[in-house]
Amino acid sequence: MTRLLLDPTSERTVLQRSLLPRPATLQGKTVGLLDISKPRGDVFLNRLEQRLSELGAEVLRFKKPTFTKPAPVDLRHEIATKCEVVIEALAD
Amino acid sequence: MANGASPHSDRPALPDGLVVVVKRECETCQMIAPLLRHFDATVYTQDDPEFPPDVSPIHDSDLSVSWHHEIETVPTLIRIIDGEEMERTVGWLRSDWQRITGIDTLGDELPAMRPGCGSMSVDPNLVDVLRARFGDSALKSRRIELADLDDEMEVLFERGVTDGLPVVPPTEQRVLRMLEGTTRRPDDVVAVVAPDLVEVTVEKVAINAVMAGCKPEHLPWVITALEAVCTDEFNIHGVLATTMPVGPVLICNGPGTRAIGMNSGVNVFGQGNRANSTIGRAVQLVVRNIGGGRPGEVDRAAHGNPGKVGFCFAEDEAGSPFTSLAVSRGFSADDNTVTVFAGEGPRVIVDQLARDPNHLANTFAACLRTAHHPKLVIGFDCVLVVGPEHGHVFAEAGWDRDRLLSELHARLQIPGADLVRGAADMAEGVPDWLAGETLGKFRPDGLLLAYAGGGAGLFSAMIGGWANGSTGSRPVTRRVVP
Repeated sequence: MTRLLLDPTSERTVLQRSLLPRPATLQGKTVGLLDISKPRGDVFLNRLEQRLSELGAEVLRFKKPTFTKPAPVDLRHEIATKCEVVIEALAD
Repeated sequence: MANGASPHSDRPALPDGLVVVVKRECETCQMIAPLLRHFDATVYTQDDPEFPPDVSPIHDSDLSVSWHHEIETVPTLIRIIDGEEMERTVGWLRSDWQRITGIDTLGDELPAMRPGCGSMSVDPNLVDVLRARFGDSALKSRRIELADLDDEMEVLFERGVTDGLPVVPPTEQRVLRMLEGTTRRPDDVVAVVAPDLVEVTVEKVAINAVMAGCKPEHLPWVITALEAVCTDEFNIHGVLATTMPVGPVLICNGPGTRAIGMNSGVNVFGQGNRANSTIGRAVQLVVRNIGGGRPGEVDRAAHGNPGKVGFCFAEDEAGSPFTSLAVSRGFSADDNTVTVFAGEGPRVIVDQLARDPNHLANTFAACLRTAHHPKLVIGFDCVLVVGPEHGHVFAEAGWDRDRLLSELHARLQIPGADLVRGAADMAEGVPDWLAGETLGKFRPDGLLLAYAGGGAGLFSAMIGGWANGSTGSRPVTRRVVP
């Protein structure tokens, strides 16, 4: 007799999206930096902004209300519409 | 239909004329068996294929006929005309049998009435199997088919749906039985579970509750805990993603905790009680399997804690000198509630000498001060679980919940100079500008009080929290709905 179990998962299939090609230069590109509101994150991001500006990038700064929750949808939308380059990193 | 039998095509039709359903094990069936020779009838037997002799019975071996025609008692006599059931009688009621068969003297030598026996199709040991076999399944989950040589335990490990311990294989009959524990429909949405933000249905909760080892009566508690955990206030996403060692701690209140046999006494945080062990585990399995919260992925805990397999206990309301945690949070003592708290593992507070409530409060305050770090304040909540022997000291002195909490808060007002970074040769601490302030270790509502534990041992326990308030996680209490 066939033995069947019920799937305990969400049965979701994760959509795979491919990355855009890396830009050859940051000259004139808009780069977004998102402060997740952890202590001293601003120290790190200030330095990054300085280095990116030296490379000719325009830097926009954003901030999450709290590091404990995902960025609000509106903030994510704002970043997506205003920026051409995202630097993604995890920090703690 | 009452048993969930399918109303359509796979229902075997009964032939026109008289139909009798019997089983040999039933004494009433044995009593009426000789009568079946006196009229034409199609006889279905549930157990012995040779019973009754001389009437060429049809063996309802898979109980399909009995299930689909909702035979609840044997013997059952039915009259069918043009495929439609016109009347039926159950057990032996002579007048009914005489009327339906049209034989006025049928069974005159028998007693006028004798009740029948339960049909095998309603045998509690079989009904879940039959419902899965014949029922018009309301369950929508994908089926995982096992190959002949598959070990079902190993298959579940390989699919990554366990917490590292074996799980009970979620067969359809087990899940259907689990769903008997709630009045909610299988397709009801319970919550949206982070981090994947997926809607979880009652059915999916039931599957994971089966895997965790729950009984049906535990299911409403699991559902309620999930509703509480999946709120913006509790913030399970952050509780998962943090590098700190916290997980949902479930504190249960109300008469229902006794009804389902929860432990609030000896070894209250430990192993050995099914309800305590499985309710919290089921919640964590849902977070893992539905929400996608897996260690090393979104769960980034540096150390975690053993309670992340599941941490659930009941408050000892009957023995407590204090109003319960749930009542202090605005619920009635008659309500069944679950309070969820983002907590680390429990830690003991020892004081075997204090017989004076002030001395004991001093001990509590000194130990609570060390939660997370003796120089970190305000940012973390804590649950204080007073044990019975410590509770006795406060009860004798007439200290109630509010008195104990206010005495503790008063003892936990700390000069900022002792807390600033660098003080006591420790870098950790509060910013220098707070040096002139006096700071409370906890927010005014940041210390939760519960009462539980075994009757012997002058101990209490503390469960440290996580980033609190609107920027982190707030405790959430929900009423359990059956």
